[in-house]
Amino acid sequence: MSLESYDPEEFYDELFVAKGEPRSQAASLIQWMQNLGIEQLERHRQTAEIALYKLGVTFNVYNDEQGVEKIFPFDIIPRLISSQEWQYLEKGLKQRIQALNLFLNDIYSSQQIIQDGKIPSEVINTAPGFLKPCIGIEPPNKVWCHITGTDLVRDGDGKWYVLEDNLRVPSGISYVLENRRVMKSTFPDIFQTMAVKPVDEYPSYLLETLLNLAPPHLPDPTVVVLTPGIYNSAYYEHSFLAQQMGVELVEGRDLVVVDGYLQMRTTKGLRRVDVVYRRVDDDFLDPLTFRADSLLGVPGLIEVYQQGKVALANAPGTGVADDKVVYAYVPDMIRYYLGEEPLLANVPTYLCWRKSDREYVLQNLDKLVVKAANGAGGYGMLIGNRATPTEREDFAQKIIAQPRNYIAQPTLSLSRVPTLMGGEIEGRHVDLRPYILHRGDEIYVHPGGLTRVALKKGSLVVNSSQGGGSKDTWVLNNMNSEFGVRSSEL
Amino acid sequence: MLSRVANSIYWLNRYIERAENVARFVDVNVNLILDLPAEITQQWQPLVSITGDVRLFKNRYGKANAENVIQFLTFDSDYPNSIISCLQVARENARSIREIISSEMWEEVNSFYLMVKEASPGKQRDGLPKFFEQVRMASHRFAGVMDATMTHNEGWHFGQMGRLLERADKTTRLLDVKYFVLLPSAQWVGTPLDQIQWMSLLKSASAYEMYRKCQHRIIPSSVVEFLILNRQFPRSIHFCLWQAERCLHEITNTSIGTWCNSAERSLGKLCSQLGYLTIDDIVESGLHEFLGDMQSSINGVGNEIYTTFFAVDNC
Repeated sequence: MSLESYDPEEFYDELFVAKGEPRSQAASLIQWMQNLGIEQLERHRQTAEIALYKLGVTFNVYNDEQGVEKIFPFDIIPRLISSQEWQYLEKGLKQRIQALNLFLNDIYSSQQIIQDGKIPSEVINTAPGFLKPCIGIEPPNKVWCHITGTDLVRDGDGKWYVLEDNLRVPSGISYVLENRRVMKSTFPDIFQTMAVKPVDEYPSYLLETLLNLAPPHLPDPTVVVLTPGIYNSAYYEHSFLAQQMGVELVEGRDLVVVDGYLQMRTTKGLRRVDVVYRRVDDDFLDPLTFRADSLLGVPGLIEVYQQGKVALANAPGTGVADDKVVYAYVPDMIRYYLGEEPLLANVPTYLCWRKSDREYVLQNLDKLVVKAANGAGGYGMLIGNRATPTEREDFAQKIIAQPRNYIAQPTLSLSRVPTLMGGEIEGRHVDLRPYILHRGDEIYVHPGGLTRVALKKGSLVVNSSQGGGSKDTWVLNNMNSEFGVRSSEL
Repeated sequence: MLSRVANSIYWLNRYIERAENVARFVDVNVNLILDLPAEITQQWQPLVSITGDVRLFKNRYGKANAENVIQFLTFDSDYPNSIISCLQVARENARSIREIISSEMWEEVNSFYLMVKEASPGKQRDGLPKFFEQVRMASHRFAGVMDATMTHNEGWHFGQMGRLLERADKTTRLLDVKYFVLLPSAQWVGTPLDQIQWMSLLKSASAYEMYRKCQHRIIPSSVVEFLILNRQFPRSIHFCLWQAERCLHEITNTSIGTWCNSAERSLGKLCSQLGYLTIDDIVESGLHEFLGDMQSSINGVGNEIYTTFFAVDNC
């Protein structure tokens, strides 16, 4: 299919209103691609792929026999977000992060929200991400979730929903930056006509956010990125961010607690570390506090953290809000803490531990998506209308056995973007993961985010571990409206 | 800098250099064999002997013929010192310090690895000389890129030191090939064939032209002297160790001639020993024995570097 005959069908398409009718913000892009022609586009796609291969932009897939590293497939047709739409998303995300951060402060101190009956204590106490050792800790500037990667999707009618908050260790930002680098070198001219917001400032903002956490009065605090090591699926990103920020990339075995401080082993002896951007999960951070069998963390780290002698980003314990049952309460949190109506909606969520919800879920398994309350990466999930009766029966049994562990949501008809597939242009479903940095005094939403695309025809699973790829996300500057603001000030 | 990082950049360079030298070994042997009279059987066992992994080879392959030895030394990913394994380890090390080295260095290692990996399955014999040439050039490119794009800081010196120690070790082994490759009989010593073999050896160390400039005639003892004691040729053992010593002292900031740790002491001793040796001393003690001692001394320096810098205790 060529661009002229591209048909969005019954789906919401990010670039087209209907067949032959591009959205206004996409018009010049579509025109430009049409002039280029499919063959030329395909050639550019190959060039871009080789560029990423040479850069070694890879991710690792667990349990894959074919060597550990894979190239994250990349599609060169970008996903566009208009300036008005972005302003809406930005406001909605700031609101949500602010409320979630207040929730984390509350839940690890006085738990006012439970006492006021807005969220049952049972939900919190059964959430595996709720960490008792973190109760009573007040992190620097009262920020818990410094770096968030919220997953957004758009349904068939064009409405945005928050799918997941990802407050623990969200990954993917390196692809955003590398994809843009490759796109700019592949299509330099279109960037000049389209007024795309640049993405390169992320590492500077991230470093600022981290430096902000250092204990006061330190002239030159030492920031490190803590990685589980080269076999982790996001290792490329860990080293990329450390390199871009000019800080050390460390593994657990490089660190040691000596004299009450966190220190790293260097060729000149031990050196103190002040801020850790940790890309190791809570459970593995400190074998003395959490999982005793962890070799990825540092024995004694949490004690140093509790004494305020080292800062951790994100703070341990944020995982409680990633629990999909707790997620269902986020709109209530926004009302409770901010006294505002949520700008961004949650996907309607049925909580299987509620009897009435459970009954509904069990009767409507063929219409719903069932997810493990603490699953990730698209694993442990049932897409009802695609599953076989046996698979549905299996899930029904799991739900009955452990209702707290499952939630269900209606199957959304994710929006699509034209995608180059084997020399043809076809619609593929996408989601969007913007990255948000919370610095205490300010919340920054990085303009763009990672657009993940399900490359398998008809598939709704965008995860890289399950055949997903990515696209560059172009947030457009609306030059006219900026001009309008300026002239109204005159 | 982190001990682990220093360790990785050191081994990254050692393994790249090792891959280059394995290519040189195989190449010298191929050349030596081509020069042998037709009635003499090909000698591949020597190549296995100099690696020191004779038993491993015997168990896995049995007979030391061209096919087996080349497979073993270049494409056998189960043999840790084969070219492909060296590249794998070098790349793993580079990957773990990507944020420390320059992007250009990473890209060199990555494409070097991909080149060897793509060459591996069923490489045609007549394509081999070209392949070994590519391996050598890729190694030079990496060294050049590192020199020109990375700050000459502590990490750079660790890398440089790794490369130089590896090269010194491998030059001893390259010289040993000649010891193992036997002439048809004692009568052949000093004949044109003997000369041709020494020339091949020089060429494999990229030393032929440079040797000619300062020695003219191909005399065995002069060739040995050139590759062991020359102070200016970058693959001679003395040059490598002397430069490695400079790197070591840049790292610790102590002046050459003094020492503050055991690595400096043993490398310093080795360098002064080489500085006052003559080729007659070496010939008298026996070349093969001398090279063996040299190998274990260089090994010792490597161990001292490990305990001094890479294995930092908790206090």
